[in-house]
Amino acid sequence: MAELIIKATDVVKEYPSRRGPPVRALRGVSLVVEAASTLGIVGESGCGKSTLGRLLVGLEEPTSGRIELMGRPVDGTSGRGVLARQVQLVFQDPFSSLNPRLTVAAALGEVLAVHHLVAGRAERRSRVDELLGMVALAPRFASRYPHELSGGQAQRVAIARALAVQPQALVLDEPTSALDVSVRAEVINLLTRLQDELGLSYVFISHDLAMVRHISDVICVMYLGKVVESGPYEAVLGAPLHPYTRALADAVPLPDPEVEASRRKSTAGEALVLGAEPPGGCPYNPRCPLVEEVCRAQIPALLELRPGHFAACHVAARELVSTPGTPAPPGTLGALGTPGA
Amino acid sequence: MSQPSGAREPLLTLRGVRVGTSEHRHDHEIVRGVDLEVFPGEKLGIVGESGSGKSLTVLSVLRLLPDPPVRLLGGTITFAGQDLSRLDDKRLQKVRGAEIAMVYQDPMTSLNPLLRVRTQIVETLRAHGVDRRTALARCQEVLGQVGLPGAERVGRAFPHELSGGMVQRVMIAIALSVSPRLLIADEPTTALDVTIQQQILELVEDVQARTGMAVVWVTHDLGVVARIVDNVVVMYAGRVVERAPARRLFARPSHPYTLALLGSLPHAGTGHRQPLTQIGGTPPDPSRLERGCPFRPRCPFRVDRCAEEEPPLLDRGLGSFAACWRAPDEWQS
Repeated sequence: MAELIIKATDVVKEYPSRRGPPVRALRGVSLVVEAASTLGIVGESGCGKSTLGRLLVGLEEPTSGRIELMGRPVDGTSGRGVLARQVQLVFQDPFSSLNPRLTVAAALGEVLAVHHLVAGRAERRSRVDELLGMVALAPRFASRYPHELSGGQAQRVAIARALAVQPQALVLDEPTSALDVSVRAEVINLLTRLQDELGLSYVFISHDLAMVRHISDVICVMYLGKVVESGPYEAVLGAPLHPYTRALADAVPLPDPEVEASRRKSTAGEALVLGAEPPGGCPYNPRCPLVEEVCRAQIPALLELRPGHFAACHVAARELVSTPGTPAPPGTLGALGTPGA
Repeated sequence: MSQPSGAREPLLTLRGVRVGTSEHRHDHEIVRGVDLEVFPGEKLGIVGESGSGKSLTVLSVLRLLPDPPVRLLGGTITFAGQDLSRLDDKRLQKVRGAEIAMVYQDPMTSLNPLLRVRTQIVETLRAHGVDRRTALARCQEVLGQVGLPGAERVGRAFPHELSGGMVQRVMIAIALSVSPRLLIADEPTTALDVTIQQQILELVEDVQARTGMAVVWVTHDLGVVARIVDNVVVMYAGRVVERAPARRLFARPSHPYTLALLGSLPHAGTGHRQPLTQIGGTPPDPSRLERGCPFRPRCPFRVDRCAEEEPPLLDRGLGSFAACWRAPDEWQS
């Protein structure tokens, strides 16, 4: 089994609410990210995918549960220090994550200086050029300000800044969503190339299912703060086990009028209002076309229904009983298979 | 000229529409001469990236441009036989909503946060001369029509109490409440989840099939275009670069930009993690264009002529028109 770069176990994140009980953004999420592989996270707005990204890079602390980076737990006592550098976050909108008053060289140089990664001005300069080279920007971009960059160029600078501390993993939160369609491919190609060259791990958070499928090895589908399905990308999006994943995959309009002409009617059902407390039993039951009595009574566990392919659905679990998988104890995803294995 | 609906008169006609800013008696054009037609009952998609001028083009129809600084610099806009650019504000107000309704990208900024949903729908209907009692009844009816469960409860709610998808459906309910002949939707589902987007697309298709209203759908999402429209207009740098029936456009694009856009999306034929087709370069600033075809710097098929003259829309057969000097079978780098 490949080395685990990130391991999250039963992570819960609650935010206090002025009225009533706290808002539970994450309700017990477990996942692993292997070295040099990509974990894609999909789900609707409000499912907790961005909160999870912020926890993984240490911008926020979980209410309970454990996050380990490269086998070492991240908690208050060990401090984040050197460990913190290992996972870096790239945001959706590069223009709001880059300081408008800093040139590209200053933005990158600041990171290098803060982390004492270079000695002296000459070394800093050559390292800035090197970082720009990694993201395929010419050295002349060093003196530019963010407003002098296009969206694609700015996102490449943001990626270079994340790479400045030589991390093991990047958490990419909707890295192409704010970009024009014609420059998305360029950023995605850059990310796959960097992964091959540097052996990086990615957590790729996006609502663009086609892009997630393209870049991810393993995909996690989140619904209301929980992982409802996970597994190798072909399995999760090609033969989904959870009705929610199926509804998501069905809802994506494809750039092909022939396919669209034979499209099925929507199965997604009504979304809950943001922050609403899910009902008893399976959180998806009000929207689910397959809902049964048991779905209203019991919360389904995330079970390995096919090798390496997990889903939290009573109906799928019963229907696949003829081809039994090994039930994994809820909350441990250590058995998440290597894709293609 | 392609007439998808036979010999019928177009409902909306734009001729040579130019939009931009004026400074020191010098015009900076962002929309540089757009011609288009929308026939009764037609579903037309306008596709383009940011800066292509697609939103300004549709905003100019109802004189909704952010003026100043952006205004209509030239061209004519004819709707059902009347020249909209010559109407005074009072008469144009009668066309807005009643004849042509608009829905915008961010539903949360389109509603007044201080007023209940019901109040805003009733207000719209009253502005179009419906009496109060009828307006209240009609309000429940339209909320039900757009698939909002518990129309009574939604009507009493304030916008912040509803999700983005619900608010967008309220906006569509308002737009449809006065039975317009044309709905202009400017990226109405871009800020929404795919599942909600799907419901909104189904809703608009439903209403369209029932009432025969025409729809202009502005988007950057080629999937949405494939999903709902009959005909597509592709805009680049303030001009229409391709116009074609949807099936024809996706099967055989006639402009290199359309080809590149389609190629840059991951699709069934793309290998996992294999490089996607990059377009290279960035869309130009329409107010700072050089001579020749604006796509030339990014075009793999450019020839000398492309640097000299900007191509007009040329007939490429089967209803397809493209602003490219070269026919698709001549494309080679």
